[in-house]
Amino acid sequence: MTTPTAVLAGYQAKRRAVRPRSRKPWYKNGSLVAGMTIVGLLVLMAVLAPVIAPYDPIQQDLTATLQSPSAAHWLGTDKFGRDVLSRLIWGARVNLRIGFLAVLIPFVFGSVLGGIAGYFGGWIDAIIMRIVDVFFAFPFYVMVIALVFILGAGEASIYLAIAAVSWVSYAKIVRGEVLVAKKQDYVVGARLGGMSHTRVLVRHIGPNVLSQAIIYGMSDIVMDIMAVVTLGYLGLGIAPPTAEWGSMILDGQEFITTLWQQATIPGLIVVVTSLGVSWLGDGLSDLLSPDRRK
Amino acid sequence: MSSRLNFIPARLLQAIPVVFGVTLLVFFMAHLLPGDPAIAMLGDKATEERIAALRTQLGLDQPIWVQYGIFLAHLGQANLGDSLTYGRPVTELVLRAVPVTLSLVLFALVLSMVIGIPLAGLAATRPNGVNDLAVRTYTLVGQGMPQFWVGIMLILFLSLKLRLFPVGGYGSNITDHVYYLFVPALTLAIALSPTLIRSLRSSTINVLGSEYIATARSKGSGGVALFRQHVLRNAIIPTVSILGVNLGYLMGGSIIIEKVFALPGLGSLMLNAIFSRDFPTIQGVTLFVALFVVLIGILTDVVYTLLDPRVNFGSKERE
Repeated sequence: MTTPTAVLAGYQAKRRAVRPRSRKPWYKNGSLVAGMTIVGLLVLMAVLAPVIAPYDPIQQDLTATLQSPSAAHWLGTDKFGRDVLSRLIWGARVNLRIGFLAVLIPFVFGSVLGGIAGYFGGWIDAIIMRIVDVFFAFPFYVMVIALVFILGAGEASIYLAIAAVSWVSYAKIVRGEVLVAKKQDYVVGARLGGMSHTRVLVRHIGPNVLSQAIIYGMSDIVMDIMAVVTLGYLGLGIAPPTAEWGSMILDGQEFITTLWQQATIPGLIVVVTSLGVSWLGDGLSDLLSPDRRK
Repeated sequence: MSSRLNFIPARLLQAIPVVFGVTLLVFFMAHLLPGDPAIAMLGDKATEERIAALRTQLGLDQPIWVQYGIFLAHLGQANLGDSLTYGRPVTELVLRAVPVTLSLVLFALVLSMVIGIPLAGLAATRPNGVNDLAVRTYTLVGQGMPQFWVGIMLILFLSLKLRLFPVGGYGSNITDHVYYLFVPALTLAIALSPTLIRSLRSSTINVLGSEYIATARSKGSGGVALFRQHVLRNAIIPTVSILGVNLGYLMGGSIIIEKVFALPGLGSLMLNAIFSRDFPTIQGVTLFVALFVVLIGILTDVVYTLLDPRVNFGSKERE
């Protein structure tokens, strides 16, 4: 289930189950290597799209619509005669870009607010956490869809809408980490040494609590890729004719009985992408938190 | 028993600021829209007089906090405004759609347990064994599949190839509803099951390591009976709170699934409203769903307390 809570819950369940692992070199970390390979290949595909795509992804050819796979069109053509394989390759650009970039705003915003709430506590904490509760009440897609409607279609709206929904998870995670960290000796020591709150928070606590937010961020990327694809499927995402996986599935659904591959393949590539990012995240979490838990 | 439920008034009190925040956020949605909220509410085809009348009714010429007061007063009377496309009160449209969405969500919850409990048990019996690895791969793949795509694939195989189920729709009586809702509910259940399995797997591993399980084993209990009588009862408790939170979020997922299967629930209501720019309906559905999620949160805490005699929300601060 791709909701912030679901991912958060999964993350917490996973985190509870974390066992101390022996430190091994990164290249012997199976999930890290598998994840890096898959994500690397996909990024390469996106970057090289103009070179490797056999056709222009938005070039219509109304004399060759809805073709089955052939030597000329490996995955066939859509209802406008556009080459499906080329659209799949170009789609990686939009889907990967938004998926990866969309985590940045909520990551920064949520971590800062969560850090402040956890560090200062008291009424600051109470106010921030009540705001978190309010945002948490809105299911991910309900809020994203309503916000994309209000802000108008387009990539910028998607970033803002995703940010508005997902910052709360970062705030919760970082707050929890800061609550633990601020009682540690090195923080107490830094304060006794006369450092300002800002300095302690940014220079001393920050680097120690952010790894958890980064690990969560990796599963958040999966969720954002899913959100972009879903918005595309609902007709609320990137405007046509830009190639995008979600809208390709929507187009393919119409002809599912005759050209099943047109809805199936773009979905499969989403699954592969998510799997790659998840493995990368698992691998990173091994690297980032090897021995801090008892 | 009853003394442990004494936390309920305090829990309700705690929900009040959240409810206010939710209404405030939904109220401001109208003001985030470009242009005049009255025009957004009535559509751009409305006459000058109607717009002027609504402006007075909403108090748009008054300070913003008065407007919020008016919004709350309307809300108190369950007045969410009139739909632009249907010309009927939004409350009525929402109440008509709720049973569909709610049955879908509850059905999905049941199916996700049917899928999740055996798989979690299988995985937990021998952590890092072959079964565990297979189940963990399933959770990873399950999390990476777009829900609507799973729905389309199930339609392709179960409905079009095998002709076991209808392609979409809701049917007209109870038996029909269960039949028509099975594939949509299965879709949502597949989406929810990874979360359920992960939580249940780790709590089952913990329970299996405990002394009372060793005792039960030494008394000759084992296999499915041990799992059902001793393990599951304890392992499922932490999962209840995760499911409780997700029940609200399943409603978000059902918005998309309803489109795939053409079900007349809250999701279809909201998406149709989006495409006809029917702002009062969008606002109404959003508000309803959020308030519902807050309510589910409270109910989850109550169920949690009833299930686990050790939990006492009244005695310690909740985190």
